Amino acid sequence: MPLHKTEHKGVLGWIDQRMPSIMAEYKKHLSEYYTPKNFNFWYFFGSLAIVVLVIQITTGIFLTMHYKPDARHAFESVEYIMRDVPGGWFIRYMHSTGASFFFIVVYLHMFRALLYGSYRTPREMVWIFGCLIFLVLMGEAFFGYLLPWGQMSYWGAQVIVNLFSAIPVIGPDLSVLIRGDFVVSDATLNRFFALHVIAFPLILVGLVAAHILALHDVGSNNPDGVEIKETLSPSTGRPLDGIPFHPYYTVHDIMGLGVFLIVFFSVLFFMPEMGGYFLEWNNFIPADPLQTPSHIAPVWYFTPYYSILRATTEPFMVALAAGLAVYALLLFFTLRSRVAKYAVLAVSAVVIVLMVGGPLKLDPKLWGVVLMGASVLIFIALPWLDCSPAKSMRYRPAWHFWLLIGFVVVFLVLGYFGTQPPSPVNERFSQIGTLLYFAFFLLMPWWSRMGEFKPVPSRVTFAAH
Amino acid sequence: MASTSDAHDAVDSGRRAALVATGVVGGAGAIAAATPFVASFTPSERAKAAGAPVEVDLSGIAPGTMKTVEWRGKPVWILRRTPEMIASVKKTDERVADPRSLRTAYPTPDYARNELRSIKPDYLIVVGICSHLGCSPVGPLAAGSNATLGDDMGFLCPCHGSTFDLAGRVFKSKPAPDNLEVPPHRFLSDSLVLVGDDSKA
Repeated sequence: MPLHKTEHKGVLGWIDQRMPSIMAEYKKHLSEYYTPKNFNFWYFFGSLAIVVLVIQITTGIFLTMHYKPDARHAFESVEYIMRDVPGGWFIRYMHSTGASFFFIVVYLHMFRALLYGSYRTPREMVWIFGCLIFLVLMGEAFFGYLLPWGQMSYWGAQVIVNLFSAIPVIGPDLSVLIRGDFVVSDATLNRFFALHVIAFPLILVGLVAAHILALHDVGSNNPDGVEIKETLSPSTGRPLDGIPFHPYYTVHDIMGLGVFLIVFFSVLFFMPEMGGYFLEWNNFIPADPLQTPSHIAPVWYFTPYYSILRATTEPFMVALAAGLAVYALLLFFTLRSRVAKYAVLAVSAVVIVLMVGGPLKLDPKLWGVVLMGASVLIFIALPWLDCSPAKSMRYRPAWHFWLLIGFVVVFLVLGYFGTQPPSPVNERFSQIGTLLYFAFFLLMPWWSRMGEFKPVPSRVTFAAH
Repeated sequence: MASTSDAHDAVDSGRRAALVATGVVGGAGAIAAATPFVASFTPSERAKAAGAPVEVDLSGIAPGTMKTVEWRGKPVWILRRTPEMIASVKKTDERVADPRSLRTAYPTPDYARNELRSIKPDYLIVVGICSHLGCSPVGPLAAGSNATLGDDMGFLCPCHGSTFDLAGRVFKSKPAPDNLEVPPHRFLSDSLVLVGDDSKA
C-alpha cells in the first residue's frame, strides 16, 4: 500500500503518511470544527466540565494509592491521607471540592441548554447523552460518598439503597443484591469502591465521548438559537458565522478556565468544607451502624430530589392524584388521536387507583421513589416537551424567561429544604415545590407556545470587539 | 449467467441456519458466563453465616431506659418500659397505622402480635431501623419534647420524620409504612433474653 499523501513536513508528515486519522480527527474536532462566533459566558461550562472530569480522574488515581476499601480501615486511611501522606490533604480536598464543582458546572451547563434551547432539533442525541452523563455522575458521586466510611457515608448509603426496596416484589431482594449483605457493610464498601474507581468512570468517559461526537455531527447551538450551517460562504462552503474551535475557542476557554481555577482554589484553600455543604460535619465521625446522626441530609447537589422524596407522604398523594386527574383531562381535550385520548384516560385512571385507591394503593414510600426518579429523568423529555417556535429565550416572550427563573428558584428552594431537618413547614414547602417542579415540565407543551414571539434573525447577533 | 448474481443476493438458508445456531449457542454461553458475575453480587457465605443470635443480660437496664445490641449488623433495642410508658401505648391505638401488627412486610412473630408488641409488657424488643428507608430512630422521647411527636411518648426518625409509639407502632400518615420489626427472640430466664432465635430448645 502506498503512503498517504500528506501536506505536512518533518515528523508530523512522516506520521501523517502512516496514520492519517490523527490529523483528520484534529481537523474535524478542533481546527476545522466551525463554532458560532457569538458564544457568551454560558458556553464556558462544557469545557470546564471536561477539566473537572480530568481533575477528578487524576486526583482519584492518586487517592487510590493510599486509600483502603475496607470497613475497618477506610475511615482511618482517609485521615491518614489528610494528615500523614505528603500533599495528601491537597489531593483529597481537590477531589472532594471537585465533586461539588462538577455538579455546579453541570447544573450551569444544563441551565444554558434551557436558556437557549440547545436540546431542540437536531441536538436531541446530544441532550440524551448529556442526561445520561448526569445520571451516571449522580451514581459516581453516590458511590464515592460511601468511601470515607463516615456517619453520613454510611447512613446516606443506607437510605439510598433502601429506596430500591420500595419497588414491589423484587425490591427487598434487589437492595440485598446491591449491598451484597443484609445491611450496609464491608461488602458494600468494597463493591462501591470498584464501581466508583473503575466501572462508572469508564462509562462516564465513554458517554462524554458520545456527547461530543453527537455535538460535532450537528454543530453547536448558540445564544441566538440560529443554525449557522444554514448560511454558508459561497466561496469556501463554511458557515459565515462560524470560527474554528481551535485556536479561537481554545484560547477563549483557557481564560474561562483561569477564572474558574481562581474560584476553585479559593474554596479549596480557604473553605474546603464549604460550611458543611461540600463535606458534611457528621462525616468526620466514623460510621456507626447502631446510631443514625440526629440530622442526616445528602450532599447539596442531591437535596432538591431528596426534598421531592420526603414531600411524598400519605396526605400529599391526594394532591398528586388530583393533579394527575386534571392533567389527564387536559391531555384528553387537546390530543387529536382518539386512541391516544383514551389511552391517556385509562393509564391515568390506573395510576390514580394505585395512588389513592384504598386497598389497591401502593405505599407513598414507593411513590416518593418514583417521583424522585421522574424528577431527574424528566429532563430527557425536554426536546419533546418544548414546543416553542423559537429556540432561544432571546426571541421568546419575556415571561418565558421569568418562568425559567421561577423554576430555578423552585429547584433551589427544594434544595434548601432538602438540607434541613424534617418539619411540618419543610414538608409543606417541599410539596408545593414538587408540584411546581413537575408543572413546569408537564405543562410546557402548552405554555411554551403561548405569548408574543420575536422574529428570529437568519444570522447571529455579534458585535466585533 | 443471470443465476450468478441471484446466487449472490439470495440467502443461503443452510448458512443462515448455521449462523442462527451459532448465535443461540453463543448467547447461551454468554448467559452462562454472566451467571457467576451476577451471583457474586449476592451476599457471600460469610455474610450469611454472620447472623448468630445474641444473648442479652437485662439486669443492668433501669426502668425507662434502653439498651442497644447489635444483631446481624442492625441495632436491636431493649426498652424497659415503666408503667407510665405502657399506659402511653394504650392512648395511641387510634392514631397508629397498624395497631394490631397485621401487615406482613416485616411479619411480627405471633408471641408479639399484641397491643404492646412484646412477650413481657415491661420489655419492648425491636430492631431500631425505620421501615421507611432504614435510618435508626432516636428515643425514647418524653411527651412534649419534640414538635413532630407532639404530646406522645415515642421514637422519632431523624431522616424523614416518621414517629413510633413505645410499642414500635408507626403513627398514621408518616413516611414509614410499617411498625418497627420485632426480631425473633425468647427469654432464657427472667434476666436473660436471646435475640435472633425463638425456637424452643
